[in-house]
Order: sequence, then C-alpha cells, then structure tokens
Amino acid sequence: MACVTTFEDVTVIATESLSKRFPRVTALDRLSVDVGPGVTGLVGANGAGKSTLIKILLGLSPATEGRAEVLGLDVATKGAAIRERVGYMPEHDCLPPDVSATEFVVHMARMSGLPPTAARERTADTLRHVGLYEERYRPIGGYSTGMKQRVKLAQALVHDPQLVFLDEPTNGLDPVGRDEMLGLIRRIHTDFGISVLVTSHLLGELERTCDHVVVIDGGKLLRSSSTTDFTQTTTTLAIEVTDTDDHPDGTRAVREALHARGVDVLDADGGLPGAGHILLLTAQGEETYDLVRDVVADLGLGLVRMEQRRHHISEVFKDSDEQRKEAVGHGS
Amino acid sequence: MAVEHPVAPPSGDQTRIHNIGYRSYDGPRLGRSYARRSLYSQSLRGAYGLGRSVKSKVLPMLLFVVMCVPAAIMVAVAVATKASKLPVDYTEYAIYFQAVISLYVASQAPQSVSRDLRFKTVPLYFSRPIETADYVRAKFAALASAMFILTAAPLLVLYVGALLAKLDFTDQTKGFAQGLVSVTLLSLLLAGLGLVIAAVTPRRGFGIAAVIAVLTISYGAVSTLQAIADAQGSTSAIPWIGLFSPITLIDGVQSAFLGATSAFPGGVGPSHGEGVAYVLVVLGLIAASYGLLMRRYKKVGL
Repeated sequence: MACVTTFEDVTVIATESLSKRFPRVTALDRLSVDVGPGVTGLVGANGAGKSTLIKILLGLSPATEGRAEVLGLDVATKGAAIRERVGYMPEHDCLPPDVSATEFVVHMARMSGLPPTAARERTADTLRHVGLYEERYRPIGGYSTGMKQRVKLAQALVHDPQLVFLDEPTNGLDPVGRDEMLGLIRRIHTDFGISVLVTSHLLGELERTCDHVVVIDGGKLLRSSSTTDFTQTTTTLAIEVTDTDDHPDGTRAVREALHARGVDVLDADGGLPGAGHILLLTAQGEETYDLVRDVVADLGLGLVRMEQRRHHISEVFKDSDEQRKEAVGHGS
Repeated sequence: MAVEHPVAPPSGDQTRIHNIGYRSYDGPRLGRSYARRSLYSQSLRGAYGLGRSVKSKVLPMLLFVVMCVPAAIMVAVAVATKASKLPVDYTEYAIYFQAVISLYVASQAPQSVSRDLRFKTVPLYFSRPIETADYVRAKFAALASAMFILTAAPLLVLYVGALLAKLDFTDQTKGFAQGLVSVTLLSLLLAGLGLVIAAVTPRRGFGIAAVIAVLTISYGAVSTLQAIADAQGSTSAIPWIGLFSPITLIDGVQSAFLGATSAFPGGVGPSHGEGVAYVLVVLGLIAASYGLLMRRYKKVGL
C-alpha cells in the first residue's frame, strides 16, 4: 500500500480548546485534537457534536471559543480557501432525483471552480472510481441507496480535494454495501492520496478502515489514538491443529503441553465454525510463536492455522466508557 | 451485465478502459466568481428547461411561444395593412399578457430554488467556495434574466416589424426603449417576489400555487377596489390603491414616466408626484426580496 501524501504538514486538522455553545446545548466543549494525514474516524453517538465539528471546520459556523486549522488555514478567516481544498459528503440525502449523476457531478465540479472541460473529465473519472458506469446517465431518482451514496461521494471528490469530510457514509447501506463503501474510503487515501475524516456512530466499521480514531462524546474528546495502538498492544493468537493416532484429540494435547510450559490457553467461543478446535492464547512476542511451533512439532501434529486475532476497538472503548462512567459517577 | 463488458467491440470510442488509476487534478481552480457565473448560466438555462428533461422544457417554451406569436401576428397585420402605427404600445404588451408572465414566474421560480431546498442540495453549494450572497445573486439574476427574455422578446419582434413596416424610426425606438425599461423593472420585481415565495415553500406544488395566488389575488383585489373607487367618483384614491399589486405598480410607473396609457379604470394613471412613490415602492420591493432571500439562505446553510 503506497501512501501518497500531497502535503508536507503532518497535521491536517488541528483544534485548540474549540467550543460551540448554542442557547440550550453545548455542542463542543473545549475540544483539542490533532489529526494527521490518512483515514481518521470520528466516532460518537448521535448528537455527540460530530456534525457541528465538521461545520466549524468548513468555516461555515463560527466557534464560540478556541481555534481550529484545516490544512494549515484558520477556519475563522480562511473559510473559502479551505472549502476550495476540501470535499464534503453530507449525512442526509442531497441529490435531486430528476438529473443524471453525470450532469449533477459536473455541475458540482464547476461550483468548486473547475473549468467546463476539466469538470466533465474529472466527473467521468470520479464516477468510475466510485463504481458507477452506465447508470450514470440515468436520472438519480431511480438509483439504489448504495448508488446514491456513491454519487454523494463522487461530488465530494470531483475537485480532487486534499481532504474530505464524510458524514456517516455507511448510513442506510446493507452489509455488502457497507463493506464496499469502507473499501472505497480506504482507497481514497491509499490510491487517491486524499486524507479522510469519516464519522460514524459504529466503532466496528472504523477498525478496519481508519489509521486513527477520535472519539467524542457530549462535545468532549474521549480518546484520540491510532488504531494500531488499540489493536496491537496485545495480540491474540488463534491456533488450530490436526489430530493424529497418538493424539486423538490434538487440541487437548496442545493445550496441556502449553499449560505445562506456563502459557494460558482459552478455547475459542462457541458459535463459530471450528469452535472447540481453535485455541486462543496471548502472544507476548516472538517467543510465543516459536514456542507454539515447537510444542506442535514435538507432539507430531499438523499446524492448520496460526493467526493473529485483533482486538476490536469497541473492547477498548468499552473500557474507556466504563472508566468515564466511573469518573462521572465519582463526580456527581 | 458483467459478462458483457469484456467482449465490448474494439471499435474505437466504444472501447472502455477500466482501472487506469487515479489522476490528480493540477489545473486551474477558478474560484467564487466563476462558480457564481456557472450557477447563473445553469439556472438561466434551467428556467427554459435546457439541460433538463424534455418534460420540463414544455411549459417554459410554450409560454415563450404564446408571448411571441401575437406580436408576430400584429406585426404581420401592420405590415400588410400598411398601418401608421402598431396596434399595441410597447409598454402595454406585458400588461396584456400578465397572465402568461405570472404563469411563467409561478412555474420557474419554484423549480429554480425549491428543488435545492427540498432535496437538500443547498449544503453542497455552501460547502464550496461560493457563499450565500453568491447563490442568492446568481439565482435572482438568472430568473430576472429569464423573465426579461420572455417579456423583451415580443417587444423586439414588434420593433423589428415596425421598422420593416417603415414606421417612424425615432418614435419606434423611443417606444421600444421605454418598453424595455418597463419590462426590466417588471422582471426584477416578479423574479424577486416569485423567489421569496418559492424559497419559503419547499414543496414545488405549493410554491406554484402560492406565486399564482399572490400575483392574481393582489391584482384582482386592487382592480376591483379601483373599479369601486371609480364608480363612487373618488378618482384620487385610484392611484394609491394601485400600489398594492405588482402589475399595477409597473403600470403606474410606466404611465407616470414612460409615456404609457394607464390600464387603470378611467385611464387615470398616477401623476409625476405619485409616480415617485410607485418607483420607490418597486425598488423597495426588489431590495426587500433580495434581503429576505439572503436571510432565508443564511438559515438553511448546512
């Protein structure tokens, strides 16, 4: 995966005690966060302040306090310059049903300042990249939800921005459409070299897609760290072995042998295919892999599978959630 | 479908190349004023259904023809009978055809702004370099231009015809110029009112009905009151009543300053003094429409 970074700044988005208060609610509360190039997930429950943050970052809504920079430009004074370099895909429907995807995206490209010929060329390219072919000449009204999401994405990418804000791009999609959209989002960075800020209220889907995850709740920063931090501090190994005449239950034999060497082994949860034949253990480093190899070889068994199982981000957040609740509990 | 792609005939432009990788764009980015001009031309074309479905071309084109054909017939008659003057004044034409013009505003103002509001396309504009004022100006200018084309085209037909019929050049040019000033004011006024009404009624059907209602009811009410005033002999009230409907406003302005014969009962138009009030009200309404549109779009933002 070649990561193309089109700018030298390591910070794409920077906010400093950014607050936004409405008469009755505080949407953002002293939020300070730095976001680098790559795919960044912005996670939070509905009403956590995600959309408000995007609005401020686009320079469309003034912050009550604090400051923010996007691509090194101050949102308070350089809104127009930011919006020229940034793409935005809203959460809600935003497509007129009576025009074709091509016409619509060409128009939006021109609204971003692309000359007519460039607008048409970029539209054709972009629609192809998001996976719309013949249907792009038909009126949008007849599209499926997945196709509409692709058009929305295309209009955000058509002017080749340096950064795109994607607000809940997987909303309303079925599991297959969701996976395709997530793959597409990944490609926006790896293939197109465009940084992405993607919001979601689902943690699971960001795990596979994002380099970095920012969690906000009630307008406050809950956590900001890279996904590798979350998932690689402890690696779980899954092992599956064959049975032999000497060891009719190979799985048990391995478990006992490992136990004898002081390694705790768990059986994989039921419900999955192969459950009961898969052992899970915590890898402490390279030695664990060697140990497993040696143990299995000594027993004369075949090693069918030895793979890393990643922790889910949600587990990490469950912890921080609990901590937070405790903190809140202590506070009140 | 997927099976058909690989066997696409290798005949020149039919061949499609898949997956040639992403190309970044290094060309010019023309910024706000270009975007505003693009929005203007797209909206102006849209007001005649160009770049839209065949169905949406029917009504505006039909109304355009309905506006122009009578002018052509009048010209043909004038040329054939070698008349000394045209059967209709340049300034009168728009007043006679006010129903057609009202229908045009009612159908095109909502399509221009209600669609963007109803389908929530507006945030896509404002997440780009253009700002509220650019959007409002482009839409306002586009509808006013479309209205001007609709109302000025028949005047042009009359003018060209009059010259072909060898009528007095100075007279005709003066009349034509006065007519153009009048339809410019009419276009700005009706475009402003139409857009404001359409911008607060996101459902297109309601928008159409609301615009028609405002234009015809106000004209009907004002004409009726003027007729009553005329019947009761209180002729001094007639010009003041005329301030309350767009068409009578234009009628008043042109009979006070543009040498038009008033369509008011008894043919009594406003005097010069009263005419000033008419001009101020017209300009005030145009400015107010612009202000209201700005306020409306400041709110809908993202």
